[in-house]
Formats: sequence, C-alpha cells, structure tokens
Amino acid sequence: MARTEALPLTRGAQAATWWRSNATALLFMSPAAILVIVFFFVPVLLTIGMGFTDIATATGLAGWQWIGTVNYEQIFRGAFTGLIARNTLVYVVLTLSFNVVVGLTVALLSVHMADKAGGVFRALWLLPRISPSVVYVLMWTWAVSPPPFGIINQLVAPLGVAPRFWMNTDPWPVVIFVNGFVGASLGMLVFASAIESIPEDLFRAARVDGANAWQIVRRITLPLIRWPILFVLVYQTMSLLASYEYILLTTNGGPGLYRTEVWSLWAFHTALQSYFGNLEIGLGAAMAAILVLAGLIVSALLLRLFRFNDLVAEPRVEIT
Amino acid sequence: MTAIGAAPPSNPPPITFRWTSAIPYVVLLAFTLPILVLYGWLLYGSFFPRMEGLTPIGAFTVENWRFLWAPETVDALKFKPPIIPLTINTLIFSLSTSLVVLLISSMAGYALSRIRFPGRRMFLAGVLLLHSFPSVTLLIATFLVLRQLRLYDQLIGVILVKTAFELPFGVWIMKGFFDTVSWDLEMAALVDGAGRLRTWWSVVMPLVKPGLLALGLLSFVSGWNEFLLPFVFMPSGNQQTLSVLIRGLIGEGRFVDYGLVTAVGLYYVAPILILFFFAQDRLMKIYAGGVKG
Repeated sequence: MARTEALPLTRGAQAATWWRSNATALLFMSPAAILVIVFFFVPVLLTIGMGFTDIATATGLAGWQWIGTVNYEQIFRGAFTGLIARNTLVYVVLTLSFNVVVGLTVALLSVHMADKAGGVFRALWLLPRISPSVVYVLMWTWAVSPPPFGIINQLVAPLGVAPRFWMNTDPWPVVIFVNGFVGASLGMLVFASAIESIPEDLFRAARVDGANAWQIVRRITLPLIRWPILFVLVYQTMSLLASYEYILLTTNGGPGLYRTEVWSLWAFHTALQSYFGNLEIGLGAAMAAILVLAGLIVSALLLRLFRFNDLVAEPRVEIT
Repeated sequence: MTAIGAAPPSNPPPITFRWTSAIPYVVLLAFTLPILVLYGWLLYGSFFPRMEGLTPIGAFTVENWRFLWAPETVDALKFKPPIIPLTINTLIFSLSTSLVVLLISSMAGYALSRIRFPGRRMFLAGVLLLHSFPSVTLLIATFLVLRQLRLYDQLIGVILVKTAFELPFGVWIMKGFFDTVSWDLEMAALVDGAGRLRTWWSVVMPLVKPGLLALGLLSFVSGWNEFLLPFVFMPSGNQQTLSVLIRGLIGEGRFVDYGLVTAVGLYYVAPILILFFFAQDRLMKIYAGGVKG
C-alpha cells in the first residue's frame, strides 16, 4: 500500500482517499482537540476578555459590563502593585538562582561518582518534586515551627540565635528554600543527562594535560552544557512567574498584608480566594492576562530557540 | 603523598586517588541532608507521641495511626470527611485522570506521528507551545468554563481539567514513542485490510507499552498529588481528596497535632514513595526527557 502514490488514480479515487484519511485523523484527534479547545484555547481568550469587564461574584457573575481598561488602570495605580512586583522579582530571581546553582552542583557531583551512588542521590533530590505539595510543605512547616518543635531553632541555638517562628519572622528564606528544593531537581536531571552525553575523552585529555577539577568544570563542562542551562533558565523563569502553589501553602502571601504575595498569587486571591468575600474575577483576570501573555511569548521563544523545526517534521511514509 | 587540597599538576591521571574521590560524596551528602532530615522526621514523627526538633518525646507508639482503625477518637478529624472514602476519591481521581490521559494522548500521538492531515503542523506547534505554557495561569477562566458546563464542584469536572492540563505533555511523549515504532508490522496489518483504528489498538499500542507505562505512572502520580484543582474547584468537600484534608489539618490551627498529621501525611505519600522506589529509572528518564516541572 505504500506504493499507492506511484499508482495512477482517478480523480474520484484520490478524493475518496483524501476524505478517508482525514476522517481517520479527525477521529483520532478530536478528543484531544476538544479538551485543548475547552480548557486552553477558550480560557486564554476568556482571561484576556474578562480583563476588560467588571465580572464579579457580588453581582452573581451575571450583570457584568465592559469597562475598558479600568482594571489595568486600577492595577497599575494600586497601592500594593509596587510591593507585589518587587516580591515577584525577589522570588523569581532568588529561587531561580538556587535552582540552577544547586541543580548544577548536584548534577556535577552525582555524575562524578559511582553510577549507583549518583542515581541514589538524584532519586533523593527528586523526592520533593514527586511528593504531594501538602506533605512536602507539612515537613517544612514543622522544620521552621516555633520552639520547642522546630528543628531549625534547635540547630541554630548553639550559634546563639534566639528561637523564633521563622515563617513569620523570616518568610522569604522559607519561601525560597521550600520552592528551591523542589525546583532544583529539574536542573539536576537536565544537566546530569547533558553532562553524561559529553564524550569521556574530553575529560581524560584534560586530566592528562594536568587540568584540575575546577578547570575541567569551568573550561569543558560548563561551555558544553550552556544550551541546557539557558533552557532551564528560561523555562523556570516562566514557571516560577506563574506558580504560587507552594507559597499559598506556606505563607499564603503573608504574614501581614502582602509580605510574600507574588503576582500570580495576587491574581488568584483577587479572583478566587478573596478575604473580602467578593471575588473580583474581572480584575483577577486582568492580572492573570499579563502572565498568560508572558507565558505564551516565552513558550513561543522556547520553541524558536530549541529544536522546533526538527520536531514537527512530516511523517516520512504515508499510507492510507 | 601530596598535601590534601589539590591534585598535583605534574602527576598522571589520578585513577586511584582515594581521598579526592570521596569529596563529591561528602559534599553531596551535606547538600542532601535537609531532604533526608525532612523525610526521616515524617517517618519518625508518625511513631512517637511528639517530636521536639529531632528528639522524640515518649516511647514508640502507633497511637498516631489510630485514624485508620478508630477515627472517631481523633479530635482533629471530628468535623472532617472520613479518611477511607477520601482515599477512594483520591484513587478514583488519579486513576481516571491517568487512564483518560493515556487514551486521549495515544490517539492524538498516533495520528500526529502517522497520518498526514491538514492542521497537523499547527496542532503539533500548539501542543509544544502548551507543553511549556504554565496552565495554572488559566485557573480563573477555567472556573467560569466549569460553571458554564455545570461541572463546577464535581469530581468529573476536576478530572477533565486535570486531564486537559496533562495532555500537551502526554500527546508529545506518546508521539515520540510512536515515532520510534517501525512501520513494517503496521503496514502489514493495513495491507491485510485491518482499519486504522484496529491497527492502532491491536498492533501498534502493544508495541508502545513501555511508553504507556511511563506516562500512566507519571500522570497517576501527578493526579494523586494534585492539590490546587480539587481545592479550588470542589469547595463543598463531599468529594474531597486527601491533599485538601491535610491542608485543612495544617492550615487551620494555631496548634497542630504533628503526630497525627505526620501519620496522615505518610499514609498519603506512601503509595507514591513505593511506586517511585520501583519505577525510579523510568520516572527519572521521562522527567528529564520530557522536561516536566
């Protein structure tokens, strides 16, 4: 049948084949297509559209109106916007640095030990990612809890640090460590497989030439894995900008008013979990729309930068 | 022997350098210590009346686990839905998510890998784009979509949202697996007159079993762990999952009964840890290759 293309077909037979092939494709594709349309395509448009309305639960979601750019004006003139933008920057930059530096360190160290031991360490580092967020956060909540329970207090006591309730006194380090220990594993896995694909000869040659471990890392490994590093940087910047689950579970944006509130959590609070009772969905959607657009742009950028054209190549052989 | 600190530059390749080869282990162990301590405490804390830091107070006990056989005696659970039905909900949620993800992704993955049709390139590009797109930003709009479909506050609605969010990854991974399957068998089946659907199901699907297993595991784990979707989209709680219960146990009190929550937490995370123990290579490969995070 693969030879079909070579056979002379009447126009009618060609058309019939075309229809049959497309009907099959439609059959296979439609469940996925429907879900993608209903839960991605429509929500993207809705988010952007609702950002220009005053839809809220106070009016029963029904009596909404187009209000132009009022939501955006409210966001940019808001008293807390500056604080929340700063928080977001702090959160993304610090967590990202932790993720990449620790991910790289763990990857480098684990590939330079016996295979089995390296695998065990990598598996341990994956634990936070594969554990349910609530259980993982529960462990941290305990670790930073007030005396006499928290382990951090017990550990720093010999250094003369007074015991305290870290989640309230120093929420930022807590938030960054909680997120960092989850995020580092992505870099670890990506970097480790990139390092393992570097030809062993390069390292051997460098060692024969008398390079020390640091020089090998600096001059051979790092330059050769710069693309994976760039990938992880871009990818995680975006996912950190959008993610708030671990912050929601630890400080929930507090203590006090917006101390650790980040942009995505702000949108969530405004639209879905407001303390004030009224869920301002339109306003929250406007906040989220900024993230949605950023997400689309960064994802498109990732596609351009990495491997897109090879990935969408047409199937080589076609049978009908 | 040279002094400790640096490899002597003039020496030949250090094949048998014992103490330097120990350095990565020591450093990495120090880095990993927080993780070991956290998980160690979870295990330890669930079997002692209480823990002060790393020190257990009192004698070994299974009291904390009595939520399994005598839930009515646990104060913190008095006004909560009972644990066993919650576990079943969580299982239904994660199993159905993973089965639907498997079915739909392998259908779409097969078509994208094998059939030339109008819109194929666009759909592939879309899937790839969504693959790195943070779907959590769409939660606000999803809320309205679910209400419009009358699926808000229902398990089935949350399953659909979760499935959709897992789909770009699943379709992409399955397309990759189908790409590696040779055409020969399939062509033979098609020449023999089997339809596409039957060829896909009975000839090609068995050949991608490793892929199905990996994706199934991953989406099961992801469904089992899910917190945000049931928390936001099933507020009334009669179909709650374990994650929402645990969040309630930690979240509401100034005084947290750590003995109880560690036991419930361990009960909740145990299936995942067991799965991970047996399938870690497979899971790690798919995490690294598919980039999920």
